[in-house]
Amino acid sequence: MKIIIMGCGRVGAQLAILLDKENHEVITLDLNVDSFRRLPPEFKGNALLGNGLDEDSLIKAGIEKADAFIAVTQGDNRNIMAAQIAKHIFDVPKVICRIYDPLRRDLYSMLGLEALSPTTIFAQMLKEKLES
Amino acid sequence: MYIIIVGGGRLGYYLARTLLDEQHEVLIIEKDTYTVQSIVNEMGSICIKGDGCETSVLAEAGTNRADIFISVTGDDEDNLVACQVAKYKFNVPRTISRIRNPKHEALFKKLGVDVTVSSTSIILEHIKHEVPTNPLMHLLSIQEKGLEIVEIKIQPGSKTVGKAIKDLTLPAESILALIIHRDTNPSVPSPATVLQAEDQIIAVTKPDNEASLRSALTGS
Repeated sequence: MKIIIMGCGRVGAQLAILLDKENHEVITLDLNVDSFRRLPPEFKGNALLGNGLDEDSLIKAGIEKADAFIAVTQGDNRNIMAAQIAKHIFDVPKVICRIYDPLRRDLYSMLGLEALSPTTIFAQMLKEKLES
Repeated sequence: MYIIIVGGGRLGYYLARTLLDEQHEVLIIEKDTYTVQSIVNEMGSICIKGDGCETSVLAEAGTNRADIFISVTGDDEDNLVACQVAKYKFNVPRTISRIRNPKHEALFKKLGVDVTVSSTSIILEHIKHEVPTNPLMHLLSIQEKGLEIVEIKIQPGSKTVGKAIKDLTLPAESILALIIHRDTNPSVPSPATVLQAEDQIIAVTKPDNEASLRSALTGS
């Protein structure tokens, strides 16, 4: 699969490494060249400096042929907007985004976006740990 | 009307003042405590502190009874999300967003924002107006109908000088509304009107037909 990951922070980089090991074609996109230090030397994918909200940068990253698009930058709204561009403009078959704010996540799930809220998931996990 | 503005920067501030002068009920939502304080000091309690993308803040602001929701922060993504929350969570009938990147216009429309205003495009157009080599200029866009009103200047030496309008091949859905000759009064063009050098033509067209309208009128 050809997978674009927007945001090369801890989660983005970790995901890129996992997918790369399974021989997927991975392109990571970040605004800050420093973020790419998180990718190890053996990473075979691409690291591209660019703004995931800019259609030209997305085209350069190969979004027209991508099978999946993952938005995991620090900004909820950036993730939401990029995911909607990928889904509605470029018809990427699989689009997932991270939304920290649970209420915003609920709204966008309702609007058809596949969105995960680490806040809810992690809180739930901690609760289960406590109870076990 | 009840109008909510997200973003209390310079644009939000002057917009609020204008709307208040027109007797509307206005509320600004602004993140920065200091900015909120200075607006409240000057204009009274028309500003609340909060994130205009958050459901709880918009609920507190009474967004469900707002007639118009305008987002004018400096970030396109924040404006988009604020307008979408207002539209889909609170059913605001009309949402208006400022956009920085003119390319985002179509996306915002598709995603439910009723009107977009791009400060970048507006400034660009004004600068282009002052560059005499550009024969076509945008005067106004009627977003709901997908139409735009443009001005085309006939340069001296253009192939169409001396031709009648009926002899030009104008693209579909393009109407010449007004012709301003250099020395005479403006008139409504008829098929027999002959183009002269330095005529200014005001036309209604669709964005897709803009290029062919320009080449039909200027012969290049």
